[in-house]
Amino acid sequence: MTRKKIMDIKSLTIAQAKKDLQEKKYSSVELTTAYLDRIEKLNPTLNAFITVSKAEALEQAKKADEQFSNLTIEQLSNYPLLGIPIALKDIYSTIGIRTTAGSTVLENYVPPFDATVVKKLKDAGTIIIGKTNLDAWAHGSSGENSEFGPTKNPWNTAYVPGGSSSGSAVAVAADFALAASGTDTGGSIRLPASFTNTVGLKPTYGRVSRAGIISMSSSMDTIGHFTKTVEDSALYLSVSAGQDPMDATTPDQPVPDYLKNLTKGVKGLKIGIPLEFNPFEDEPTRQANKMKMKEALNVLSKLGAEMVEISLPHTEYAIAVYYIIQPSEVSSNLARFDGIRFGNDRSSFGEEAKRRIMLGTYTLSAGYYDAYYKKAMKVRTLIKKDFDEAFKKVDAIIAPVSPTPPWKLGEKNDDPLAMYLSDIYTVTANLSGNPGLAVPIGFANELPVGMQIIGPHFSEELLFQIGHAYEQETKWFEKRPNI
Amino acid sequence: MNTYSPVMGLEVHVELKTKSKMFCSCSADYFGKKPNTHTCPVCLGLPGALPVPNKTAIEWCIKIGLALGCEIQLFSKFDRKNYFYPDLAKGYQISQYDQPFALKGSIVLSDGKKIGITRVHMEEDTGKLTHAGDSTMIDFNRSGVPLVEIVTEPDFENAAQVVEYLKKLQQIVRYLDVSNADMEKGDMRLEPNISLRKNDQTGLPNYKVEVKNINSFKFVDRAIEFEIKRQTEILDKGETPPQETRGFNEAKQNTVSQRIKEEANDYRYFPEPDIPPLRFTESQILDIRSQMLEMPDEKYERFQKEFGLSEYDAKILTRDRALANYFEEAVKLGQKDNISSKQIANDIINKKIDINSTPLKELIEQIAIRSQVVTIDESHLKETILLVLSENEKAVTDYKAGKTNVLMFLVGQVMRKYTSKIDAKIVMEMAQNMLQ
Repeated sequence: MTRKKIMDIKSLTIAQAKKDLQEKKYSSVELTTAYLDRIEKLNPTLNAFITVSKAEALEQAKKADEQFSNLTIEQLSNYPLLGIPIALKDIYSTIGIRTTAGSTVLENYVPPFDATVVKKLKDAGTIIIGKTNLDAWAHGSSGENSEFGPTKNPWNTAYVPGGSSSGSAVAVAADFALAASGTDTGGSIRLPASFTNTVGLKPTYGRVSRAGIISMSSSMDTIGHFTKTVEDSALYLSVSAGQDPMDATTPDQPVPDYLKNLTKGVKGLKIGIPLEFNPFEDEPTRQANKMKMKEALNVLSKLGAEMVEISLPHTEYAIAVYYIIQPSEVSSNLARFDGIRFGNDRSSFGEEAKRRIMLGTYTLSAGYYDAYYKKAMKVRTLIKKDFDEAFKKVDAIIAPVSPTPPWKLGEKNDDPLAMYLSDIYTVTANLSGNPGLAVPIGFANELPVGMQIIGPHFSEELLFQIGHAYEQETKWFEKRPNI
Repeated sequence: MNTYSPVMGLEVHVELKTKSKMFCSCSADYFGKKPNTHTCPVCLGLPGALPVPNKTAIEWCIKIGLALGCEIQLFSKFDRKNYFYPDLAKGYQISQYDQPFALKGSIVLSDGKKIGITRVHMEEDTGKLTHAGDSTMIDFNRSGVPLVEIVTEPDFENAAQVVEYLKKLQQIVRYLDVSNADMEKGDMRLEPNISLRKNDQTGLPNYKVEVKNINSFKFVDRAIEFEIKRQTEILDKGETPPQETRGFNEAKQNTVSQRIKEEANDYRYFPEPDIPPLRFTESQILDIRSQMLEMPDEKYERFQKEFGLSEYDAKILTRDRALANYFEEAVKLGQKDNISSKQIANDIINKKIDINSTPLKELIEQIAIRSQVVTIDESHLKETILLVLSENEKAVTDYKAGKTNVLMFLVGQVMRKYTSKIDAKIVMEMAQNMLQ
């Protein structure tokens, strides 16, 4: 079988591939093979994958092609992502495929079960092409903290792609897959999305099941994904979202048709611009990002959205609160990796994991709990209230994702605090549980820049509506890295 | 010599007999099962697996709280208790720290002494370690089985009170049908804390000794007696016993130091983020209460009042619910045969009736037969007596000569001629008349 010319994976989206596969312009095996070939050629440069599951992927693709041949159109609608190659962050448990969390502690761990979302994605017909690189245990903002080597930014391989879902962002940016899953605990989807010109969704806390995804900070972990377009992001969420009997933190909240309002536009919508998301504004490295944000807001104004200045007064405490609650939970969640039943022992933990275990153990200790954890939880409530108040005045909030453009590999390695501060605009939504959609807004010095659209709890539909309107006007996703 | 009075509190763990475990759907029936056959990613603590609380277990915990007269909390939550032990799959135990399901209850002992219940909370059991030579094996079948912990105030003054409290608690959870409370299977685990107060001293002593690994009421008594003696000796020397955890050694019938205060764990409790806090309404609690059947103390009171039983009989008959039910059913059934509740109580208690092998109908029939008053046909009795008198002429002569004690012999002879039991008094009167 020869690959038909019609397949151009650089311009391909899920929506387009779905159509092509159904019309049999090419087969799922051909599509999967095209991606596998590209991974084989380019992954050594970018290091986006820890494991490529070639054999399993081709087998799944073959099965998908059989279904395309044997099922009626009506039956096919039960498989909304049939034949679509995707990649999974290597922190999603996959039955029979090793799952490392980016750490050598689990370098040989093969889960005996699938995460709920993995099950859902398989049931929807996706082809799982491999497991992507990440900062070990999802601790990091650059991807450099992976114990399987750093992932490189396809827009310039001297730069970081952002983390912790570094490999997933790069898998989509470099056309290794049509979509890739991630986790966002403090910005780990939105930040790498903004560094790679991809669309990254951090859903509302509880919207997507965490069951089977290795926990980092249980009260903030959200399960999202990277796609090229907002429409694809909506398609993907339609599959992954929903209450799960295996995760007590997923509420009984109906899953709407995320495509329904996609093309409704932004006319008449009130967009809040938070005053506080602007620290150190005089620093020259941030000027370019600021300019891009201004341009993006102008586009939305032009499309009919109304810009309203709002205040989220407790924003300045967000990083401090986040770096108490998150390590506290990390210290407890990593306790099971004691080397007794699976994985290597504790000496295999890297510096960053050890740092967080120490921090969290300290902040939870008798005598310190009230001063740290308890106080942080109180401020967290205030941060939530800030958002609730804001959404009484506006429909959505738009803010920068990162205060700076991507940095060079190694630049912040010796300064953990500087690394922590790169999440300054993203952690608030994790503390409050609100959904955030990162959308590309262009390039500064040839490197991607993104903005995030934050909405009330369970307002993903609205975020897609706003994101899509902006995207259709600007089409930044059409620009592909030159690799 | 003994110038001290014991100050004691108790922590009791009761394993619930729910079908499934506390946070997963594995069977909780682990006893005697092949190791590691009742496990799943959740109770094995595999990465990413999340706990989902068992609704029935929570309701049963609340039932225990209600039965102990506790205030049920409308807002409650689970917490993580962090510590390392190879039988603890996740490196933390899901328990309840500062907002348990139930607070402030009590159990009243037979002498009127009230033992305060501080709290009743829910947690999960750990796996089980087996040591064989140099290696240790872990069985996770028990991991995640629901446990209810019941903590008392330091209200106990002696070992007898502790044992009575434990028996009452065991009876209550069995009445509620939420635990088998079988000591031998480890369904109920006891941890007394014991210290001594000088008789002229007020307030709590400045140390506390906790004793673990006790699996029988007899051993709790032994452990307490041992500790009282041991601590008395230390105090007599003018020293203070160290604050510590000790283990009970069955073979030696003594306690051995396991951990002193300085080595005590800092459990780093914090709210379990994987389980949202639980909120209940008054009506939900009322609903749980309405499902509860009569508790032993209520039954005990009622049996005395309703059936006119003695305290002793009521106590025995309410010891377990099945026996109490058997008795009540028997009373109902016996009514039409005019059998009194007292007769039934006597029969069940004195004849040590096995309620499982004696159907109610059979019980009533037997009692009826035994208590039947045979109506004697007078003319037939007369004939029988005449017959006996003619057969025993010598006795008759003796009687007439004044040896009146032969009358009893003659009555006996008459009664032997009857197959059923007849009233000896009637026979005697008639025989006496006929002899004169």
